[in-house]
Amino acid sequence: MVRIIGILVGLFFTAAVLWAFGNGAVQVASQDYFVEKTAETEFHLHPKELDQASDHLVAHWDKQQLQRGYQVYKEVCAACHSLRHVAFRDLEQIGYTEAQVKAIAATWQVPGVDPVTGEATTVPGKPTDYFPLVYLNDVAARAANNNAIPPDLSLMTKARHEGPAYVYSLLTGYSEIPAELTAEFPDFSTPPGLHFNRYFANLNLAMPPPLAVDDQVTYADGTPATIDQMAKDVSAFLTWTAEPSLPKRKQTGWPVIGFLIFATILAYLAKKQIWARAKKKA
Amino acid sequence: MSFPWAKHYEPKAPFMRWIDEKLPLPRLVYNAIGGGYPVPRNLNYMWNFGVLAGFCLVLQIVTGVILAMHYAANAAVAFDSTEHIMRDVNWGWLMRYAHANGASAFFVVVYLHIFRGFFYSSYKAPREMVWLLGVVIFLLMMATGFMGYVLPWGQMSYWGAKVITGLFGAIPVVGEPIQIWLLGGYAPDNAALNRFFSLHFLLPFVIAGVIILHIWALHIPGSSNPTGVEVKSESDTLPFHPYYTAKDGFGLGVFLILYFAMVFFFPNSLGHPDNYIPANPLSTPAHIVPEWYYWPFYAILRAFTVDFFFVPAKLMGVLAMFSAILVWFFLPWLDKSPVRSGHYRPMFRKFFWVLVIDVLVLGYCGGSPAEEPFVMISQLATAYYFLHFLVILPIVSSIERPEPLPFSITEAVLGSDDKAVLGESKA
Repeated sequence: MVRIIGILVGLFFTAAVLWAFGNGAVQVASQDYFVEKTAETEFHLHPKELDQASDHLVAHWDKQQLQRGYQVYKEVCAACHSLRHVAFRDLEQIGYTEAQVKAIAATWQVPGVDPVTGEATTVPGKPTDYFPLVYLNDVAARAANNNAIPPDLSLMTKARHEGPAYVYSLLTGYSEIPAELTAEFPDFSTPPGLHFNRYFANLNLAMPPPLAVDDQVTYADGTPATIDQMAKDVSAFLTWTAEPSLPKRKQTGWPVIGFLIFATILAYLAKKQIWARAKKKA
Repeated sequence: MSFPWAKHYEPKAPFMRWIDEKLPLPRLVYNAIGGGYPVPRNLNYMWNFGVLAGFCLVLQIVTGVILAMHYAANAAVAFDSTEHIMRDVNWGWLMRYAHANGASAFFVVVYLHIFRGFFYSSYKAPREMVWLLGVVIFLLMMATGFMGYVLPWGQMSYWGAKVITGLFGAIPVVGEPIQIWLLGGYAPDNAALNRFFSLHFLLPFVIAGVIILHIWALHIPGSSNPTGVEVKSESDTLPFHPYYTAKDGFGLGVFLILYFAMVFFFPNSLGHPDNYIPANPLSTPAHIVPEWYYWPFYAILRAFTVDFFFVPAKLMGVLAMFSAILVWFFLPWLDKSPVRSGHYRPMFRKFFWVLVIDVLVLGYCGGSPAEEPFVMISQLATAYYFLHFLVILPIVSSIERPEPLPFSITEAVLGSDDKAVLGESKA
């Protein structure tokens, strides 16, 4: 009885799903394609290759690079993008001394209270403060940016597939619309206020090219500030902001795995010895 | 509750004798997973996964309780408190990565445990109750995992909660009130997050309780084995300790190497990047996908794209998705073959491997965007899934001619069994 009901139920679901399949098949056949080709599907590019010290199996931070990246963030990105999960004290991890961090924090204005009137105001940052928000709220952010909200960058490299490479590619990926694209999709255009970038999902990005010319920043360590170098440095910095514990994680991993391999070999030998008795007995 | 030749617990130290008289807990452990539990001598490594699943539950409870000390279940701060754990709590990143990947590891071993059950027909008499309780555990795990994924309150958390609770809206008449009741509102918000946290903390202990019943039910007939031939004499078995504790110890070592390789080197590879974006009810992600362990069922849900007579497509999908798991409850009665092990069932064996491939295909489609060709592939795979359990299995079990079975486990392992000649075969 269970089996007869089972077979009927099974055939019911099968019929329903094959009916749906048939409908889909007819539709696909009438359209003559599976996935419609669009400018986005044909001209979107995967992120470029990017090699970072923190990617290596024995990972470490390139602190010089992170400091350069911080400089790019401060002088370029911070005009629109916040970094709200990072505190100034965290900058000690990328090689600044306590005194330097204190000085850096003081160059930022953070929300505070006027000691005389008690009114909300801004005060110079202290090491315990977090990087301040740029806009009061989303409405203000949209109003200042052609109706787009500049996202917080603290977790950006973890919030995108292949994050660090994506950030690097996006920053260096602005170009003219290629002639092949216009030839294939004559209707495609970049609306006013947006910017063509093949590394962005729908090819039209609200952010204007932030790194426009070489030497936009002047690096303290004398590294030539090419657009490519600045993009790499800020990607490295954002890799750090997204996961400050990254090298520690990998450095912890090796001894753990090493110990486990050793322990597993012992466990295997113990198992073999114990089971040798069973083979003899019987 | 055990075989007559099972060793008896005999405490020697006076203190252990004193304990045994007052509270025979060591005796219980000895009889459950010690020298007092005779186990078939031929269990292969597929029999490691029950112990590993138990280990995963303990791991999840330990890491989860620590995370709960630092996490704040409030929609305004949940995302930030998760980042606080990652950045400011000592070894918080390790606890969170261990917990998130621990969920995946738990599902990996449980899926292997379930498919071991499919191949060796572990669900057959006299172990139906073991199987039924196992399906209950799996359902509880699905619920717990889903609610846990909501807690970080990222984009996938929010939209996953919205889609999954939205499924209940497909039920005619009462669907929408049920959905509102489950969420405590019209959309996921603080009420939903709070109750999900509460239940996410509770359910693992419910799972632990059902696991105790699962093991209790198992100890009545004893473990099955790769031949599917029941234990006949003492030479068919070995005491659980030290033989299977040693074998499970080795298996645990291999498991931990793979698990910690994920935790330390690829901790985010099974998660979705969108969950590092705070939940935003105004911005729908391009592709809403659940965690990988739901993908096969998610593919079944999405395979029903058109109404079937008077049944709306969405309701059809929801019914099919839940039925895809509920059908496992009926397996002991759908498969009537007297032979258990797939090793001796030539037709069943072939269909089993087709099912394995089918579920992998469903999983792949479930993780892909809902566009062609994935929808059409998942429709065919869904059709096979239901045909397999509800049509093929009952028919195969009545028309198949199984291959000859060994007389006993001893014969299967050692090539001969003295009792086969000495008279037990007369019976």
